[in-house]
Amino acid sequence: MMFRQRLLVASFLSGMSVVAGTAARAETTLSLMSFGGAYQEAQRKAVFESYTAKTGTKIIEQEYGGEIAKIKAMVDTGNTTLDVIDVDAPTASQGCDEGLFETIDWSRIGDRSNWIKGTATDCAVGTIVYATIVAYDAAKMKNGPTKMADLFDTARFPGKRGLFKSPYGNMEFALLADGVPVGDVYKVLGTPEGIDRAFKKLGTIKKDVVWWDAGAQAPQLLASGEVVMTTAWNGRIYNANKEGRQFKIVWDHEMLDSNLWVIPKGAKNPQASYDFIKFYVQPEILSKVSKYIPYGPVTQSAVADVAPDIAENLPTTPKNMTNSFTLDVNFWADHADEIRKRFTTWLAQ
Amino acid sequence: MTPDLPTRSQPAGLDRAVRKANRPASRASFSLAIPLLLFLLVTFVVPIVSLFAKAVDNPETRSVLPATVAALDAWPGAGAPDEAVFAAFARDLARAASGRTAAGLGKRLNYEIPGMRSRVITAARSAGVVQAPFKAAFIKLDPVWGDPIVWATIKRDGRRLTPSYLLAAADLRQTADGAIVPAPADQRIFLGILGRTLFIAGLVTVLTLVLGYPVAYALALAPPLLASVMMLCILLPLWTSLLVRTTAWVVLLQTNGVVNDVILALGLSSERLQLIFTRFGTVAAMTHIQLPFTILPIASVMRTIPAAHMRAARSLGAPPAAAFWQVYAPQTLPGVMAGGLITFILSLGYYITPALVGGPNDQMISNFISIYINSELNWGLASALGVVLLVVTLGIYGVFLRVVGADKLRLG
Repeated sequence: MMFRQRLLVASFLSGMSVVAGTAARAETTLSLMSFGGAYQEAQRKAVFESYTAKTGTKIIEQEYGGEIAKIKAMVDTGNTTLDVIDVDAPTASQGCDEGLFETIDWSRIGDRSNWIKGTATDCAVGTIVYATIVAYDAAKMKNGPTKMADLFDTARFPGKRGLFKSPYGNMEFALLADGVPVGDVYKVLGTPEGIDRAFKKLGTIKKDVVWWDAGAQAPQLLASGEVVMTTAWNGRIYNANKEGRQFKIVWDHEMLDSNLWVIPKGAKNPQASYDFIKFYVQPEILSKVSKYIPYGPVTQSAVADVAPDIAENLPTTPKNMTNSFTLDVNFWADHADEIRKRFTTWLAQ
Repeated sequence: MTPDLPTRSQPAGLDRAVRKANRPASRASFSLAIPLLLFLLVTFVVPIVSLFAKAVDNPETRSVLPATVAALDAWPGAGAPDEAVFAAFARDLARAASGRTAAGLGKRLNYEIPGMRSRVITAARSAGVVQAPFKAAFIKLDPVWGDPIVWATIKRDGRRLTPSYLLAAADLRQTADGAIVPAPADQRIFLGILGRTLFIAGLVTVLTLVLGYPVAYALALAPPLLASVMMLCILLPLWTSLLVRTTAWVVLLQTNGVVNDVILALGLSSERLQLIFTRFGTVAAMTHIQLPFTILPIASVMRTIPAAHMRAARSLGAPPAAAFWQVYAPQTLPGVMAGGLITFILSLGYYITPALVGGPNDQMISNFISIYINSELNWGLASALGVVLLVVTLGIYGVFLRVVGADKLRLG
């Protein structure tokens, strides 16, 4: 009896919400696209739901794998159906170059100097920072690596190590391990001698490397014992630990990369896009994302808002970012083609 | 033609008469196929034509630097161009800076001269403020603008069509004076990868034939009930997602995986073998995934061969092996050819499986097409690689038809 009553109430309420939903759709909606999975889930819990609750704007979500080709195809056909898109830093820069994104009017967002370097660009507003780090399994190795250079030290840490099958990051890590100061990495890498030096250093561990291609492979390689340590994205390691692993992250010379909001060219209602982005980057909202996924907020005021036990795992926490560096999207836009080709021939040698 | 063969002309005339009588019927059946032909035109022919167009299309330089390209017509090609070219360059770049098109030009130039992208963007940023004389101003800004090679490249890229993507896909490049030379040794990748792709596809094809032929034979001989169970076992993997099957191979082949456990337990090796992330892993997983595609055409051809043929051969005195190889096997050839061809062509397009179970040298050409489309946004080169793959595949198909004969191919 009680149950039936509840059911009745529930169906009545859901009927109401359908009516309310239709009404809201008639007023305002916002279409966005993000990376799906645990990340978009975190965004939904931390931001999307409270945005709808506060403004009545219904959010229509899409997911993608970060392929800029998808955005280009949409903009090129002249039918931009999305209001905002979550992109990574290289995509933000490429799309800005290609004219796929609207230029951001920062006076409508906030004080640009509040953003961490490289995350407030002409076309994109940064939200979170994640890191490529070195990780190992503390359950298998008691005295594990403590610095980036240990990745290249096969004498002290024998065994296979996992590396991303791409020149991005690996070139930088090789130079850092070879003693290049963190501030000079891209200056050195911009010279032919610097590239030679990076490949030479990578060559010292080439026969000990297992190359991974998909982000999920890195924790899996550690778990199966295929490698003794691996480079990985910090969120993947954190998630594996939530499932009972004892992986340890080495916070040394980690590479920071960010996610940013962009407004695709030809977006139908720029005001709605700006309203949403402005809401998203308020410190108290932005810092909530880190509660659900271990990515750090990019504005200094939001970093201060994160609870200490969460901050422990974030790349933006001051003690974790003493000597980190940010992926230089401009360097890679200039040199990706030649370095990727050389990397491929080097792999085949 | 020769007078002693008068009867030959008679069937040909008859043939023509039969064809004429059938014409209304074949017209009717053709008109039924029109919707399908239109569908193929839109979903197949148009994309392929646009793929070819993208591989030679060259709009960036013309649209961003129209005045500069026109002014370069008068440039002899030696030394830095004169003031008129630089003045046009300043005007074009100032317009590009306000329309945010400079980076597109920079990206195009960067394919030919690495590092040019940021130099073009820097030049465009200052194009609004530089004062005449422009030549001195630009060279002061960055000495690269005094380099004749840069201007020769801009002049060449000013043409509507470019061979540069197709050349790059064949590991060649054009020098400033227009000669076609091989790319530098550490930049030559695509021919090697194409060869690797063909080799892996060929090896997988041979392995599926060796493993699949006996299975197809057993399937053709089995009683109906057993045959349907066998067929289910062959089809079942086809209904499983490719990614799931690939991941299953990861679990089997990894160093602490099932296969290594078995090898250790049987004492075949004293230490764990590196099976995953090797060419062996790629070929094993691909062979498994492709087996049904090879088996099914062979089995369907074998089923049409009457059992009486073998019995007749045996009763005429042929030993079992001779009866099989001389009477039965030649009749299965159309199925073998069809199955092998399907597997070979499908194998050319693999990239997820080699990426997840293969070693560093197992990336296949589709992998690079996907990188250039999805992340590098170099659709010209991606299209050129697609064209190369298409042409090579069609070439192999053509040679195959020539050697084997089109009548030897029966797809099911």
